[in-house]
Amino acid sequence: MTMPFYSSVDQLLRDRSEIARKGISRGRSVVVQSFADGVLFVAENHSSALNKVSEIYDRIGFAAVGRYNELESLRTAGIRLADSRGFSYDRRDVTGRWLANTYAQFIGAAFIEQQKPYEVEICLAEVGATQELDQLYRITYDGSILDESSYIVMGGQTEPISEKVKDVWTAGHDLGEAIAAALEGLQVPGAAPGNGAAEARVLGESALEVAVLDRGRPGRSFRRIKGAPLRALLPAANRGEADTEPEIRGGDDAPAGGQE
Amino acid sequence: MRRGTPQIMEFREGIPGPAVGRTSRPELGHHAAFAALGETSFANYVAATQPHLLPSPPQFDAPRGGRAPSPEQLGVPHGTTIVALQFAEGVVIAGDRRATAGNVIAQRDIEKIFITDAYSAVGIAGSAGIAIEMVRLYTVELEHYEKIEGVPMSLDGKANRLAGMVRGNLGAAMQGFVVVPLFAGYDTEEPDPAKAGRIVTYDPTGGRYDEWLGYHAVGSGSVFAKSSLKKLHRTSADLQTTVRTAVEALYDAADDDTATGGPDTVRKIYPVVVSITGADGAVRRSDEELAAVVDSVIAGRAENPGG
Repeated sequence: MTMPFYSSVDQLLRDRSEIARKGISRGRSVVVQSFADGVLFVAENHSSALNKVSEIYDRIGFAAVGRYNELESLRTAGIRLADSRGFSYDRRDVTGRWLANTYAQFIGAAFIEQQKPYEVEICLAEVGATQELDQLYRITYDGSILDESSYIVMGGQTEPISEKVKDVWTAGHDLGEAIAAALEGLQVPGAAPGNGAAEARVLGESALEVAVLDRGRPGRSFRRIKGAPLRALLPAANRGEADTEPEIRGGDDAPAGGQE
Repeated sequence: MRRGTPQIMEFREGIPGPAVGRTSRPELGHHAAFAALGETSFANYVAATQPHLLPSPPQFDAPRGGRAPSPEQLGVPHGTTIVALQFAEGVVIAGDRRATAGNVIAQRDIEKIFITDAYSAVGIAGSAGIAIEMVRLYTVELEHYEKIEGVPMSLDGKANRLAGMVRGNLGAAMQGFVVVPLFAGYDTEEPDPAKAGRIVTYDPTGGRYDEWLGYHAVGSGSVFAKSSLKKLHRTSADLQTTVRTAVEALYDAADDDTATGGPDTVRKIYPVVVSITGADGAVRRSDEELAAVVDSVIAGRAENPGG
């Protein structure tokens, strides 16, 4: 008869954290920030078909980094939960706080109970009637939840990006300024996925996924910005082609338990 | 938990794989939302997880030892005339504002035309309660698909989904609670705007019929409305003329059908008219615009009551 290995709970959780953190840190980053006319999502995403940012409900948007199949199932679940709550109660009863809590419960339970934790980090953003009422929730792989009202940086090399965004973020930015601020963060030296290239990059339109929750728009406020309208909003340096990408696979396309 | 033996590896709920370790309890509560991979239908999701929320629940049985009460006995409100007209730039759908329960006017300002997404609208005739709930579910269905897939449902997909919902109501329809929707949509994939406006009708069994002749009407006043449309409507007409023709048809229906309400100039209650065009999508025409149209229709009828 085989005896089960004994491993302490402490060790088990530490191992799982390590798996999750490693998976997430390989990915490309996302900046979510509140600005004068709503909430802005800027993701570095070289795929035009596989999205990292999505609409959930009237005033709620979703952004995620990490393993694509996992974040897709979480995104779909969020839409299902929001739609069924809005259908059985009322559209006004679907709140970011409730949904963020549900996500945190589920991801937290998966972290404890499942062999492999979710290798994702998600941000739920809710646009308010005024900028002070914007809410950004960040939910990490272990189910911890943090709320912010200014900006959230998630993904691979977040430290240099966070530092930069902290410097340049100001309440009251318009859309163009907010996009420029997010780009300054994403392009900072050391922010490239993988080991982090030392020099600053230039991210063009094709390397970006941009969306907003538009404060002034009644009903469904989520809107993607792409093509010509996006080009017009980008800083001059970013309107050309993007820098060539170093041959490093992001967390979203690395194999499970992949390379170091 | 034994580790190291692959056959007992745990799988996350909903992910295909060996069923070992998965519990057999029904997928309820918020866990269900995280399962059901690849399901894009909100109605199917609700049916599987919260069937009590469906417009006509499956257990719609007659009470034991007696006949089920008819809609008349229950005093259930009934919606009446809806018209849809295809024109040069798209399609217009319009409805009167009356709901009846037997000989009584149940509501004089009910709204029976619903914008269901950016390029479609549904008008309802029949049992108002079930119909409104059905359209509410249908609207979420379209939005849900669009959010999950990232692209809107095709026009034919939309028409078929509505057919499925009408069919789901067949049990209730057999007991008299019939719902007959009229679907109007603009096919954004059709390059020719004169052909992009589409009208689809249904029967209570969920049969779906495309109307290619340019107009249709449902409800108790539909016979009179259709006769009116046959004489007045041209598919080459512009938006303004088409809105007016729709109001004329509703006026004719109200003229001869007691259950259809005419425009109420005293209370300022006008028909609900929605236009769906490629340029502007589904737009509810404003009360000011309709007030002007109604005034001119009534002025015309004052001269010649036959229109």
